[in-house]
Amino acid sequence: MASETIFSIYTDVDIVLARQKGRELASELGFALTDSTLIATAISELARNIVLYAKQGEIVIKNSLVGDRVCIVVVARDKGPGIADIPQAMQDGFSTSGGLGLGLPGVKRLVDEFHLVSDANSGTTITIKKWKR
Amino acid sequence: MQVPILKQGQYLIASIQAALSDQDLVQLRDALAEKVGRLRARGVIVDVTVLDVMDSFASRTLRDLAHMTRLRGAETVIVGIQPEVAFSMVQLGLTLEGVDTALDLEEGLTFLDKKTKRSTSRG
Repeated sequence: MASETIFSIYTDVDIVLARQKGRELASELGFALTDSTLIATAISELARNIVLYAKQGEIVIKNSLVGDRVCIVVVARDKGPGIADIPQAMQDGFSTSGGLGLGLPGVKRLVDEFHLVSDANSGTTITIKKWKR
Repeated sequence: MQVPILKQGQYLIASIQAALSDQDLVQLRDALAEKVGRLRARGVIVDVTVLDVMDSFASRTLRDLAHMTRLRGAETVIVGIQPEVAFSMVQLGLTLEGVDTALDLEEGLTFLDKKTKRSTSRG
């Protein structure tokens, strides 16, 4: 039942492949259409940040079972420059309306759990989780 | 995946057929800005019904497309944004501000007819 797919993220085409896989897994697991769309969109934004800021990285998409609850976990990892000012990056309005920012507050609103680790030496890892309702 | 652009009267209709990469979207934007002049179009419809994700890049590129064609003298209307896509966009803070939208192709054509009426009646 548990599956894990790892995508190397390098070009804009990889962004599309990763988000399609996320949607596929979500619908296989019986997520509602709206939630599948939210997951696919979140993956798209995270993959985009990798391409834009770190040039390359990877996206891991997996499902998990906690008790009798199903969730999808997405990990976006890169060894890029890291996020210098995390509080600023998480500030709303910093990047919405399709600006050049990271759009992380927006991604956070799309999912149930959002976890960010970043520093200049080891890059950025963002983990998001969406529970099946 | 290139997006076919059809000419229908004084309108251009770009009907997206499958998921688009960033490069495809940029190509569509530039092709429409160019074709609006070459084919002397007064209106543009971009049908995004099949797009199941509209992220920040897609949203920004469509907004730029609409503004570019307006600067070239044509009105653009985006049609077919699906309800769950609209929900994701709002959650992300993407509102396509300053861009006209309509429910579907039919509504888009009606919208353009109204919007370009003044100029056509003179011609």
